[in-house]
Amino acid sequence: MWGGGKLGSSGGWFLRVLGPGGRNTKAVSPLISSVYVKNQLSWILQIKPGVFNEYRTMWFKSYRTTFSCLNRIKSFRYRWARLYSTSQTTVDSGEVKTFLALAHKWWDEQGIYAPLHSMNDLRVPFIRDNLLKTIPNHQPGKPLFGMKILDVGCGGGLLTEPLGRLGASVIGIDPVDENIKTAQCHKSFDPVLDKRIEYRVCSLEEIVEETAETFDAVVASEVVEHVIDLETFLQCCCQVLKPSGSLFITTINKTQLSYALGIVFSEQIAAIVPKGTHTWEKFVSPETLESILESNGLSVQTVVGMLYNPFSGYWHWSENTSLNYAAHAVKSGVQEHPMSAEFAFKGEAEELQANACTNPAVHEELKK
Amino acid sequence: MAARLVSRCGAVGAAAYSSPLVSCRRWSGASTDTVYDVVVSGGGLVGAAMACALGYDIHFHDKKILLLEAGPKKVLEKLSETYSNRVSSISPGSATLLSSFGAWDHICNMRYRAFRRMQVWDACSEALIMFDKDNLDDMGYIVENDVIMHALTKQLEAVSDRVTVLYRSKAIRYTWPCPFPMADSSPWVHITLGDGSTFQTKLLIGADGHNSGVRQAAGIQNVSWNYDQSAVVATLHLSEATENNVAWQRFLPSGPIALLPWSDADHTDFIDTAGAMLQYAVGLLKPTKVSARQLPPSVARVDAKSRVLFPLGLGHAAEYVRPRVALIGDAAHRVHPLAGQGVNMGFGDISSLAHHLSTAAFNGKDLGSMSHLTGYETERQRHNTALLAATDLLKRLYSTSAAPLVLLRTWGLQATNAVSPLKEQIMAFASK
Repeated sequence: MWGGGKLGSSGGWFLRVLGPGGRNTKAVSPLISSVYVKNQLSWILQIKPGVFNEYRTMWFKSYRTTFSCLNRIKSFRYRWARLYSTSQTTVDSGEVKTFLALAHKWWDEQGIYAPLHSMNDLRVPFIRDNLLKTIPNHQPGKPLFGMKILDVGCGGGLLTEPLGRLGASVIGIDPVDENIKTAQCHKSFDPVLDKRIEYRVCSLEEIVEETAETFDAVVASEVVEHVIDLETFLQCCCQVLKPSGSLFITTINKTQLSYALGIVFSEQIAAIVPKGTHTWEKFVSPETLESILESNGLSVQTVVGMLYNPFSGYWHWSENTSLNYAAHAVKSGVQEHPMSAEFAFKGEAEELQANACTNPAVHEELKK
Repeated sequence: MAARLVSRCGAVGAAAYSSPLVSCRRWSGASTDTVYDVVVSGGGLVGAAMACALGYDIHFHDKKILLLEAGPKKVLEKLSETYSNRVSSISPGSATLLSSFGAWDHICNMRYRAFRRMQVWDACSEALIMFDKDNLDDMGYIVENDVIMHALTKQLEAVSDRVTVLYRSKAIRYTWPCPFPMADSSPWVHITLGDGSTFQTKLLIGADGHNSGVRQAAGIQNVSWNYDQSAVVATLHLSEATENNVAWQRFLPSGPIALLPWSDADHTDFIDTAGAMLQYAVGLLKPTKVSARQLPPSVARVDAKSRVLFPLGLGHAAEYVRPRVALIGDAAHRVHPLAGQGVNMGFGDISSLAHHLSTAAFNGKDLGSMSHLTGYETERQRHNTALLAATDLLKRLYSTSAAPLVLLRTWGLQATNAVSPLKEQIMAFASK
């Protein structure tokens, strides 16, 4: 995907975008101008001072909420929470800045986000097929009807919209205000999606309280390599999931190959990804991810590699997870009520949970 | 791949496409317009079949489809005694498509004619090629166009909750979305009808014939030329009783003539003369072990008032797709009827596009996205270009009585007749 490269070759290009002033209730309508300089893939952002203050306020708010939220987490399930009383938000302010600069480029399918658009060909079927296993009878045309999905770090809604089109009710959250504005604006033109999707500007920690155990699936695609505190983030993901709910993660592995191809080649040489988008230190290996997930009561079902071909612009599944990979984990269905435990395990045909096999009837189910 | 690179370059540059008709004006007051998922412009054989294919697709149960037809609704209360002289030769592949949404059953219950053999020969020499299906499969079917339309209309009525059909509605203006996604402008295609009503759609399919309004509005270049020929179609009565299941075709310098079987009882046939329509692919071939030459039946008389004339030409659109636009049928390609492939190519387009759209819908994709539309374009352009080129070549080759060319084509025909695998290949290609 040579979107950035092609921009460079056509010379300097000045884009002036007026924010949709009528849409937000804030008095200030942000004026953002981005300048793209020929030999440098860097974006110079000039924001009016008023807007910057709003972002600072937002960060302080999330900071405070995270603190109070973490203190209220039940200790018998999430003992690790007490270790993180430094109340760090998982949102990285540097990352917010990077994405703010590109907030209006989300929906250009041939633009800088083209690889993410074409990644939908892999990640939507991945999510859809794994969720369909848990639905006994699905409606034709709306296979995910009745499912509640949370898309964490939804950006411009690239993954949220396809899930909405498949019939699910989706809530998309993102800490970057401009992203949510873009996403909101884009979905507003489609009456069907408008009803099925809801966007909110917030971080995951802020909504953990109110949405505990309400989602059938949580999707964190290309997000975990941008968060500060991975353990807290995954704990929160687990908290908002219903028992037997699914967690879908796609991210980049931390290997020498991913440094060479993912950072050096993609960002600096070929401009497939805007410079500064990724930091190699924050990449997560599948083993690390698995161990954190398992310790939080999530059982990892699938880990599969993804490969991007920059010449064709298409993604492919791969055995090799050393670059990009996708993971599917299922929250354990252990509950106080034995009845609901049985229903939970009907959806997890492949999962073997030692502490749940108390009921011989459940044993029979699992053996089938 | 090349097309995609070009369009990517185009999208990044200042002028998105070379079309003079791209307009990015904001659509004001459009929020109350109905947004359709797919609008098919043109309710002929191909347009109606496209709407049917999508309406019956399992992944389109939640979608809204609109079919716009400029003419009135054609209701066929009962089959007329006399046969209509507008017929089409339906290949087995097209028959499979029609049966996938239940239209073929209606056709079988009404009227159609299967044929099993085809004999083609040259006027200037004795070269001949005979096609026969070894097994008892039919090579193709002759069906009246009215019968096909009636079957399609019936099937459309059965899915009226998903497919809306508007008759006597002609689109007079199309407004395309901006190539760059802009905050306040609608990303859909806007269609204005003659009566002033407007719609928005995520994907516009142009099935409006060789003078396609959709193609012209999109600014897609069309390579075309007119053959200085017209086709004459009429219904003939044969003088003797025959088992009427062979198609005959003879290439005369003035143009090919074909005799297509229609029925046993009345021995009526359709004949195309003087550069006229041929309903059979020279490609519908299959090897025969015995190349027995059969004589065509003799004609007793021509049915009165059954003669029709229409001009012939060739056309091929440079692009079949643009963002949120796809062309199918004659809007994309117009072919000389000597190969009998015109409507079959259109049905092939429908199969391919419906398959791509179905997969896209099941992946929750935006239906107007270029990623799957270019897949359709690549698949069909490969097939159609080859067939168009072959048909044009045959037409030119057989339009002359110059000795060297006659010799060439005689040898060619005889050689093809002798080489069974080649005949099989051609037959398979044309049967799709």
